[in-house]
Amino acid sequence: MDGLDRRTLLRLAAAGGLAASASPWWLEVARGAQTRPAWSSARLAASEQAHAFFTPAEVAWTDAAVDRLIPADASGPGAVQAGVTVFIDRQLAGRFGRATDWYMGGPWAKGSEQQGYQLQRTPAELYRAAIAAVDAHCRGRFADKTFAALSAADRDQVLHELEDDKLQLAGVSGKAFFDMLWQNTKEGFFADPMYEGNRGFIGWKLIGFPGPRYNYVSEIRHFGEPYRWPTVGVLGRDPTRRLAPT
Amino acid sequence: MTTRMPPVDVVLVGFGWTASIMGQELTDAGLEVLALERGRWRETIPDFAPNHIQDELRYAVRHALFERPARETLTFRNSIEETALPMRHLGSFFPAAGVGGAGVHWNGQTWRFLPTDFKIRSHTEERYGKKFIPADMTIQDWGVTYEELEPHYDRFDYLCGISGLAGNVQGVLQDGGNPFEGPRARGYPLPPLARSFGTMKFDAAARDAGFRPFPCPAANTSRPYKNPLGVQMGECTFCGYCEWFACGNYSKSSPQTTILPVLLRKKNFSYRTQCDVTRVNLDASGKRATGVTYVDGEGKAFEQPAEIVILCAFAQHNVHLLLLSGIGKPYDPVSGTGVTGRNYAYQITSSVDVFQDDIVNPFMGAGALGQAIDEFNGDNFDHGPEGFVGGGYIALWTTGGRPILQQTAVPEGTAKWGSDWKSAIAENYLKSLKIATHGSVMSYRDAYLDLDPTYRDVYGNPLLRMTFDYHDNELRMSRFLTDKAALIGKAMKPRSIKLDYREGHYSIVPYQTTHNTGGAAMGSDPRTSVVNRYLQSWDVPNVFVLGSSVFPQNAGYNPTGTVAALAYWAADAIKTRYVKSQGPLVQA
Repeated sequence: MDGLDRRTLLRLAAAGGLAASASPWWLEVARGAQTRPAWSSARLAASEQAHAFFTPAEVAWTDAAVDRLIPADASGPGAVQAGVTVFIDRQLAGRFGRATDWYMGGPWAKGSEQQGYQLQRTPAELYRAAIAAVDAHCRGRFADKTFAALSAADRDQVLHELEDDKLQLAGVSGKAFFDMLWQNTKEGFFADPMYEGNRGFIGWKLIGFPGPRYNYVSEIRHFGEPYRWPTVGVLGRDPTRRLAPT
Repeated sequence: MTTRMPPVDVVLVGFGWTASIMGQELTDAGLEVLALERGRWRETIPDFAPNHIQDELRYAVRHALFERPARETLTFRNSIEETALPMRHLGSFFPAAGVGGAGVHWNGQTWRFLPTDFKIRSHTEERYGKKFIPADMTIQDWGVTYEELEPHYDRFDYLCGISGLAGNVQGVLQDGGNPFEGPRARGYPLPPLARSFGTMKFDAAARDAGFRPFPCPAANTSRPYKNPLGVQMGECTFCGYCEWFACGNYSKSSPQTTILPVLLRKKNFSYRTQCDVTRVNLDASGKRATGVTYVDGEGKAFEQPAEIVILCAFAQHNVHLLLLSGIGKPYDPVSGTGVTGRNYAYQITSSVDVFQDDIVNPFMGAGALGQAIDEFNGDNFDHGPEGFVGGGYIALWTTGGRPILQQTAVPEGTAKWGSDWKSAIAENYLKSLKIATHGSVMSYRDAYLDLDPTYRDVYGNPLLRMTFDYHDNELRMSRFLTDKAALIGKAMKPRSIKLDYREGHYSIVPYQTTHNTGGAAMGSDPRTSVVNRYLQSWDVPNVFVLGSSVFPQNAGYNPTGTVAALAYWAADAIKTRYVKSQGPLVQA
């Protein structure tokens, strides 16, 4: 990732203490030297290679975006290392992406902010249209470069403009897309790893959430003491366990 | 073609808290009772088992236990001048689908309303004068008093095994309890839940600020408990997955954990799931219901004859069914006449985030593990200088530390994303506390429910249309409460606090609360109420309406305790009086 430049890597290496080994897997991934963590199973490798919804260009776009929303930095690995792009891909391929549970009957009107989502597009369709529109915008503005090819600072600029509804994109609301992207990025960083984000419990370990541990009858009475038991997911302590494909 | 089913004495529409209470009471009286539930059958094991229920994405974010707008939703607008548009996905509130209703996914915060809440108009006029109530505020007395409801509140407390500390037993104030509550016949069945560090910090700070904090009443069992029906519950483990989840530990009171094991064994009770009731059928006179029509999971239509029809669905769904069935004159906000859909109300919430240096382990929690003050609820304080009606409690709840939606506060000035946000969430996750305010919303001439002229549901019926906005009275009251909460936050001597006032228009987008009320208001005047004081329809006396749809306006407490007390109250009237006379229990 060019979001993690050489200087940042050196600073992270010097800081130490972020991971037990001198060369944590996520740093290797960030350098491009290794494509997956050492504990990854063949099952995970296969799932990483096959995106269920995104095209290769959309994978690159989403990596480049979530890398700025939750970057790898001095506080630890970020959204890319946590597998957020794969998480979003799986979500867009499923019930959420297809708006299976949403009321999608017409007629359609813009409505007020208080009336909420009124787009005819499903979330998956919104991603597809918005990614293409942002890339088209970037090509015109940044010497024919796609969003994924931009510098970190330029990507930040574009993301801020989406967030603030300042980009006029052809036929798609940049603000609605940004809001969904940021929400899905947090989901992918903090959801149970069985959904393929929060890889290695990266998100939970960053903040100190031990996962769904079930019983704190004794610990709740120990005011101010850090909780010391290992992180668990719904499927146990191995964060590479996945839900069976549906 | 509609298939006619064998008749029953009573048909219950919906199978959540109120239907379970009604079912239990009316089968005890010997009636044959049938519940029709639109969702699926659900029970603690396997549906809520701890090996899968603690999944924030699936349940809290993707709404696995709630109604699906694709099947049922409503349209919304802030004012009568706007065009209402569909709520395309859930946001501001989360009605349930499935057996147990919202009683499965609630937190268990179980309050009683104040004695003055039930006579808010007459009490306010008496204390502050008639002019104190704004002209467009359509609040009214309930037609029932706290004293009448007290035995029924008591029954629910003991059914659930509420963990709490009484503040007023038979008029005698109790140390450490809520000094403002109405007198109760006896204390709670269980002692309060163990206190979290956060609640004790709130307690100390509230005392420093001059208030009288107390442990909030909880439908999360602090000890193993066997209720009067003989149903056993287990001790809460503080797993932190109550609201929007279901309890796999038999520790959160729900129909499944308190009533159903007994009710389902009765020969005179039955239920059917995946049955969408689409009409209450009336005879030619329009004054008597003959039963209901419903559509099953395969799309087949059935007519279910019944002597008594009791609407036990979620608040606005009851109103929708009344409007579709032509029960009660639909409310017209222009002329101010009609009743069905009138006085829709909600609640108004705000918060103060407190950033301090002790580790408080927010993930150890229970849905109703909280400490509160009640100095500014109802009419517990002098409203004269403030110039608004209503109030609310201020509480610190330790309900869990789920990281996607729940424990997400970062200090003022933090960037919304990027490295700055990331380091702020890392620094504050274990060390931030949230003080919540939970305020009443009065009813108004322009806040109501009716049928949408454009949008339709899967059966081709018009969607319900909600017209609602916050009024100046509520926004000022909420600001007042938030400022009081900030006093407590500051008394914790934190690094910083962040005030999150509720401002501007009501929005259907962010989650606020599932405390929707009104539209089938109860009262003593048929010109301003749909049901009488026994929750019986004025127009069709063999139809009863339960749930918060009968609240004439909303109070500053979570509604479930009052919803359940009213269910017991109505059941008592049906058992002891209606079955004998079968006519109006109150003469119009």
